Amino acid sequence: MIFEIRTETKKGWRLLSIPFVFSLLLLAAPLTMMFLLSFWTQDYLVLDKTFTLNNYIEAATQPVYQLLFQRSLIISLSVTFFTVLLAYPMAYFISFYGGERKALWLFLITIPFWTSYLLRMFLWKVILGYNGVFNSLLLWLEMITEPVTFILYNANAVVIALTHGWAPFAILPIFVSLEKIDRSLLEASRDLGDGPFHQFFRVILPLSAPGVVGAALIIFIPTVGDYITPKLVGGTDGLMIANMIQVQFSKANNAPLAAALSASSLMVVAFISIVFVLFNKKYLRRY
Amino acid sequence: MNNLVKVQNVSKSFGEVNAVNGVSLEIEQGKFFSLLGPSGCGKTTLLRLIAGFEIPKSGKILIDNKSMDGVEPNLRPTNMVFQNYAIFPHLNVEQNVSYGLRKKNISKDEKDEMISQVLELVNLTGLNQRSANALSGGQKQRVALARALILKPKVLLLDEPLSALDKKLREQMQLELRHLQRAVGITFILVTHDQEEALTMSDKVAVMFDGEVEQVDSPRKLYERPASQRVASFIGDMNFINEKALETKQGLKVNSEILGEIVIPKNQVSGNLSNKKIIIGIRPEMISIVSNNFDSKGLISGKITDISYFGITTYYKIECGPNAEALSVSAQNSFGQMDYKIGEIVKLKMDVNSLVGFLE
Amino acid sequence: MTRPSKYLKIFAYTYLVFLYAPALLLPIFSFNSSQIIAFPLTGFTLHWFETLLYQSTLHEALRNSLIVAVSSSILATILGILASRSATRYDFTGKQISLTFILAPLVLPEIIVGVALLIVLIQLGLSLNLWSVVLGHTLLIMPFSILIMNSAFNNLDISLEEASMDLGENQFGTFYRIILPLVFPGIMASLLIGFTLSLDEFIIAFFLTGTDTTLPVYIWAQFRFPKKLPTTMALGTLLLVTSFLLLSLSEYFRRRAVNSRSSVL
Repeated sequence: MIFEIRTETKKGWRLLSIPFVFSLLLLAAPLTMMFLLSFWTQDYLVLDKTFTLNNYIEAATQPVYQLLFQRSLIISLSVTFFTVLLAYPMAYFISFYGGERKALWLFLITIPFWTSYLLRMFLWKVILGYNGVFNSLLLWLEMITEPVTFILYNANAVVIALTHGWAPFAILPIFVSLEKIDRSLLEASRDLGDGPFHQFFRVILPLSAPGVVGAALIIFIPTVGDYITPKLVGGTDGLMIANMIQVQFSKANNAPLAAALSASSLMVVAFISIVFVLFNKKYLRRY
Repeated sequence: MNNLVKVQNVSKSFGEVNAVNGVSLEIEQGKFFSLLGPSGCGKTTLLRLIAGFEIPKSGKILIDNKSMDGVEPNLRPTNMVFQNYAIFPHLNVEQNVSYGLRKKNISKDEKDEMISQVLELVNLTGLNQRSANALSGGQKQRVALARALILKPKVLLLDEPLSALDKKLREQMQLELRHLQRAVGITFILVTHDQEEALTMSDKVAVMFDGEVEQVDSPRKLYERPASQRVASFIGDMNFINEKALETKQGLKVNSEILGEIVIPKNQVSGNLSNKKIIIGIRPEMISIVSNNFDSKGLISGKITDISYFGITTYYKIECGPNAEALSVSAQNSFGQMDYKIGEIVKLKMDVNSLVGFLE
Repeated sequence: MTRPSKYLKIFAYTYLVFLYAPALLLPIFSFNSSQIIAFPLTGFTLHWFETLLYQSTLHEALRNSLIVAVSSSILATILGILASRSATRYDFTGKQISLTFILAPLVLPEIIVGVALLIVLIQLGLSLNLWSVVLGHTLLIMPFSILIMNSAFNNLDISLEEASMDLGENQFGTFYRIILPLVFPGIMASLLIGFTLSLDEFIIAFFLTGTDTTLPVYIWAQFRFPKKLPTTMALGTLLLVTSFLLLSLSEYFRRRAVNSRSSVL
């Protein structure tokens, strides 16, 4: 038995080793380095390698960073909430009424996501501007008399743009979990007296919970670290933690602080995600 | 008697499950050998061990007296016909059949000749250019056979090759496989869960349960002299009657409510001779129904409680006593055979020579 | 459950329209003669596309992007094949964890990956050039490649490989004659998606490129010039159309990889 396990394990690892080492060198090592760096200090271009927690203290106590962290979290949570809210009915539509064209619907939904993120967010800048497409259109159609201002260069713009951008990524996991629901369960619930409303809340929604949780995580985690969108449409009121990380890294020449901010964001995100999943485990495990 | 394939005390487990548990077998060269048993009994695992797709946990496998330890499947003198045929979908019939010939240095003419010969052998002449996707199930199976046979292996392994075919085709293929084996003279090892199939085609059958071989015998011996109750009920139908037995010089003496006083010869009994409890087995077709009118001295009597019609035969359920289980008796529906009705009282006749006994 | 409610249907189609609406602005304003991106439209022109032909910095950025995209998609696909093959065919200790690790870039914020890589490269004293971008992109694309190859390999019946070996072929022969032809559509899909992802990727390129720019980095720089907006829109239109075509092609191959051609019965 030992001989035989070794063969399969050997074969498996022989193949996996190259990609694994690649990831190790390009992901694990850099992340570790970044983590190490966060305990050092940098004076202009000179690196002082004495261990210190100052960076983390600064990140945790300085109001500017606190504000950015909070804002990043609020924006991410809002984006997650709205995106999932809008995505669910769409996923529902495709799963239950898509028929033969389900694959086509999914394809059409996901294509925008594969195209340039940069371009898509830039378009929002163009759309939401004072003289932008949205305002000029409404003015031209004489639906407003003055351009609307609350939708650009602030957090609202960031939320709008990101909700639009993440849509496909939310639809897919929800769709998958809806597809998995045994259709005969729905017939059974009808047979036992449920109308459509109850059927949805008692059967469909609970059974699709894993998909909803998955979608929420997929959106929330990367959004916290988004750089492009706040930079393009956030103005000063909509900047997020990633923008500060970049500034610290380049202009302020404070790589250790940037590293500490990055590590902190990772930890905060991880913490929230774990809490979220644990909270839902009750609902996830029952089925 | 040359034993081509020797399996010596081979075991194989998957995690906690013992798929094959200390199995030893010797398979004679040039014979049609079957591994028979219910799903999960280890027969397919054993076949794959011989083919080299699984490695034994312990034990040895020898083919032509050479140990197969560490020998990869592509280097073994075996070829396999897979259960789902495994026909390469992107190649046509000819390319599939000649697949294994690439490694051998054979001229194109010789290769073409070999292909035609083997296609004729499996009745697929002329289908060389047909794409794999356009073949029926039965055709795919023949291609799989041709593909293996063209390489002239010492042993041909067949993993439930007929299970995906419908009944008529299956029966036809059973005969064809049998003729094929006799024609090419290669040792065939076939795995099946269908006992009729095993009995029809094989020279010898190994019956397996739970990873172990319970009996290896010719089809006839398996049917008439099963070594255990498990084998007896797996192969064909059998009536079982619980009795008490006493060992005597002539055989096992049984005083039965249904059967009367009988003595079963020792060579028809398996198990520990000193045991008192015996299960007597008799096949339904070995009991004959005699009408109540005839002189019925010494015959068992019973009442018909159920009738099932099967075309060729009719099965009767007959109650012979308040405490015993009803006997299942089958009668050929041949010309002149009497038709009995439910509720009728009839007399049953059986021959001691067709009884088997299992001592517990 | 055969007929959706009217509202749900309206919602679905409206959703789709809003999903694509912003992207449609690109072609609209690429052909619009006004230099300002706003309604009402002023007239049709091909002028903006014309200017693209004369921007040498653009051409250089495009050339760089192509080099990076081709290299990283090939590299990621090769690594993806290795990882996916090991994941779908073998069972061994540490498999789940190492695979989760390799797939991690899918959920990590890109900026963190970018910053981390930058730190390492600087510390090692390596210069930042196109090859650092290739490494970064490969890291990002590899998980996608693995996912695609997983479904391709899962659709490949293992009995076909066993049959090949049983008939005398060794591992290499089996790979070349049986596995490769049958997972070829998956490989094509992976290459195409990898290429598209790399072409469009901004953040890693932004952090890891030295003096050589890639197309997205070039576009980012152009955002500072309001006068150049229409030209940038024109470029964006071209990029969008190209991505769309490549993705459709990739989807075509992906479907072929997953349909029952490689299964047996």
